[in-house]
Amino acid sequence: MMTDQQSPQTVTMRIDGREVTVPTGTTILRAAESVGIEIPHYCYHPGLSSPAMCRLCLVEVEGWPKPAPACKTTVAEGQVVHIESEMAQAQRTGVLEFYLLNHPLDCPICDQSGECQLQDYVFAQGREHGRGREPKRVLGRDDFGGDVLFNGDRCVMCTRCVRFMREVAEDERLCVVERGNRAVIDTFFDEGLEGSPFAGNIVDICPVGALVSKDFLHKARAWDLDRTPSVCPSCSQGCNITLQTRDDLVQRLKPRENMDVNGWWMCDFGRHNYEWINRVDRVEEPLVNGETQGWPEALGSLLGRLKEAKGEVKAVTWAHSTNEEMGLLKAMMEELGGSEVVYRSPRTVGELQLPGFPLLARREDLAPNVRGAEILGFTRVGDEEAEGGLDDLATHKGVLIVVGDPLEDQNENFGAQAELFIYLGSYLSKVAGNAHYVLPTTTFAEQEGSYTNVQGRVQRFWPGIRSPGSARPGWLILGALFAEFTETEAPIGADQAFVQVAKGVPEFGEITYRDMGTRGAPARKSAGVAGD
Amino acid sequence: MAYPYTHEKEVRILSKHFGEPEARTVEGWKARGGYQTLSMAFEMGRNAIIDEVKASGLRGRGGAGFPAGVKWSFMPQDGGRPHYLLCNADESEPGTFKDRELLRWAPHQVIEGMIIAAYAIRAEQAYVYCRGEFFETTQILARAIEEAYEAGYLGKDILGSGVNVDITVHCGGGAYICGEETALMNSLEGRRGTPRIKPPFPAQAGYMGMPSTVNNVETLSSIPFIIQEGADAYRANGTAESPGTKLFCVSGHVRRPGNYELPLGFPLMELIDDVCGGMKEGRTLKGVIPGGSSVPILNAEECANCEMSFEGVIAAGSQLGCAAVIVMDDSTDIVKEVRRMVGFYAHESCGQCTPCREGSAWAEKILRRIEEGRGTEEDLDTLMEVTSQMEGTTICVLSDSVAAPVQSSINKFREEYLSRIRTGEKAGVA
Repeated sequence: MMTDQQSPQTVTMRIDGREVTVPTGTTILRAAESVGIEIPHYCYHPGLSSPAMCRLCLVEVEGWPKPAPACKTTVAEGQVVHIESEMAQAQRTGVLEFYLLNHPLDCPICDQSGECQLQDYVFAQGREHGRGREPKRVLGRDDFGGDVLFNGDRCVMCTRCVRFMREVAEDERLCVVERGNRAVIDTFFDEGLEGSPFAGNIVDICPVGALVSKDFLHKARAWDLDRTPSVCPSCSQGCNITLQTRDDLVQRLKPRENMDVNGWWMCDFGRHNYEWINRVDRVEEPLVNGETQGWPEALGSLLGRLKEAKGEVKAVTWAHSTNEEMGLLKAMMEELGGSEVVYRSPRTVGELQLPGFPLLARREDLAPNVRGAEILGFTRVGDEEAEGGLDDLATHKGVLIVVGDPLEDQNENFGAQAELFIYLGSYLSKVAGNAHYVLPTTTFAEQEGSYTNVQGRVQRFWPGIRSPGSARPGWLILGALFAEFTETEAPIGADQAFVQVAKGVPEFGEITYRDMGTRGAPARKSAGVAGD
Repeated sequence: MAYPYTHEKEVRILSKHFGEPEARTVEGWKARGGYQTLSMAFEMGRNAIIDEVKASGLRGRGGAGFPAGVKWSFMPQDGGRPHYLLCNADESEPGTFKDRELLRWAPHQVIEGMIIAAYAIRAEQAYVYCRGEFFETTQILARAIEEAYEAGYLGKDILGSGVNVDITVHCGGGAYICGEETALMNSLEGRRGTPRIKPPFPAQAGYMGMPSTVNNVETLSSIPFIIQEGADAYRANGTAESPGTKLFCVSGHVRRPGNYELPLGFPLMELIDDVCGGMKEGRTLKGVIPGGSSVPILNAEECANCEMSFEGVIAAGSQLGCAAVIVMDDSTDIVKEVRRMVGFYAHESCGQCTPCREGSAWAEKILRRIEEGRGTEEDLDTLMEVTSQMEGTTICVLSDSVAAPVQSSINKFREEYLSRIRTGEKAGVA
């Protein structure tokens, strides 16, 4: 905040004619960033140490004999910095020419093309024609193990990957070998990066196409991808991610910066666990006793049967359901006088912590909304594999509601004895075949909603791809039924659904979608929730 | 056995006992008056030592010429953290061979200097970082250190003074860049030998993150004399700005190349013509690299009135560096010579900073093309521009070392480049 009276903790200086006030000790690069000026850089990354070796962020500081590396030089009171002065620009143009000397310029076949910082910077400030006439050095490709492929010729030697493995993963498997212009990144042993649970991040932080993902190799061009903010559903950490999609298919997941959750990182387990989102064996239209029906008819007759039903109501869900889905299921159950809701969730043994960013760990609960289910008071059943624990439901004779869980482990008679069996899900499992009503739901990638992560942080996600057929978000279906039952307004947006759910839940308190934004908001602590 | 190539104009202080194998033993060194300065120094106290060294005006002999006493005074006064003294014996600059001789012939002189320096900067542990190729030298030094321990000059409570100093010899792996003080510290720590960004300076956070001072072998060898004879006696030689004597490593096309200890400020032509016996038969002087391969080349005209002091060589258009005088006669192919030197730097660049990593290799390739007669006149402009982008843009000064020979040779010997480009002939090469 700018005030007339500067405290000694801040410094006021000028960058390209703009007055900037930042805390003492801020680097020029960060100070420029704070007013929206990007100083080109490679070796600097906010999550790593700054070796100041790429020499791209050199800027002119008035009164200094030499250009200064903006990533390492801290601001001083009254300092005047030029980023776009002739000297600074010439500096950058010169360094970029050096970078291109041995670069293969294979952009047409490079996966990084379109999101490549070498491409961008050279386009912006490089020389029109390079002067290099000498043959280029050729290093070729190297399989680094795991998902990582190394293209030595594209490398700009920023060493972000080496520093990530050393400083953040604390699993030093990469190093620079040789020196001078023969220097190259390499692995130590035959297994390379194989088995390192966080190695995928080096592909993200590589500013060029030197490190590419084998999984994504030649799959899509960066400019053809749509990017949607989302939350990783693979464990209860809830890493903020970006769904990168094309043609309604998820092509890859990338971490999205959130210093309260995952920093700039995510684990490879979550990163590569996306192909299920692209499953095509989906339920696309509501099925009533096996017959396709439109939503108005299906919901209309379901409402009637629910009102007539006499048996006890039981429900099961899973920890992949959203807060909204779970909350409206709970409300529905209360309205129907049903018993408690049970859920199942897979669990592994031990957390995989990222040593350099200890907030982030691949958690034991391998589903995104275990905390949401806990806050709503659902009862966990079943084993580590999210199997079993549903014996009383399998033979339940009253009303049976299943939300999400395809119940793959249950035998084909599950729910066959139920008076009324409602199945809300995305896949037509064999159990779903017994349901009187199969109501197709969207996956998290196709809808708006929120999860509560292991820290009790409520985080939103957005639809990145279109749902097949007329599948609807679970909260929309349950919200409509509940509204008909109670003769109230049905929520027409996930935000309204959340408000409705939050009303009866002190942990969610006054949080709204606006509060959550793209980075989430912490739920209020409650005594009943374990694991704090 | 007399040390080869002595001359009556030499003032032999550091090299006084060169050629005397007995001086390598602790007994022999004591017989020559060695190790007397230790008790003197401990009696003087730290501040008085630093003041004396400051007063002597001794400038660092590694190349930069920074006043040694001032460097020592940067070390923190308060205790608490271990301090380190690092003796830089990674002598790798093409043209220099003085530290090797100091270590080979007067190892106890270095050890004595190190004990005093370590005491002055509150270091109890000192290291000698030896160039990897110094096999014989390291053996001699290690033997001398062993003897010094046995005689009680090293270790705990030296001569009953309560002063502790340990010296450890470490051999480098043969990388030129490890002679840069921060790369030396990285290498000593077991990391890649890459220079560090300054600040922090070694006196704040050096070896192992602790306050450290890095001094050249010759600098440390000068300390016993300064303590023994005093600053004024030291200043009796040399100029006001560059006091003392200096070992000049003369190589190249002179009749008697070698190490000569002369007062700073000694005229360059006198060094060549008199001390070194002049140019070889029938040859004339083409140019001199006065301070090791990383300083600009002087042409014959500039050599004429050049005085070999820090300020004198700057006035002539180059730098004294480590006083490695490379003399080139008219048979020298400047293009090849510069290509060879740039090739050295391209090979030795650590590869951290882009301008150095890419620029040095690029400059070498262009020079090789010119040398092979496939150059263009534009290449000269490119070389000038490329090397100017390598000046002051990197963490250490290795990349500036590429710029110096390239730019100075193109400016001063442009005709040789042009004839190579235009006709492929080696014009001006006898």
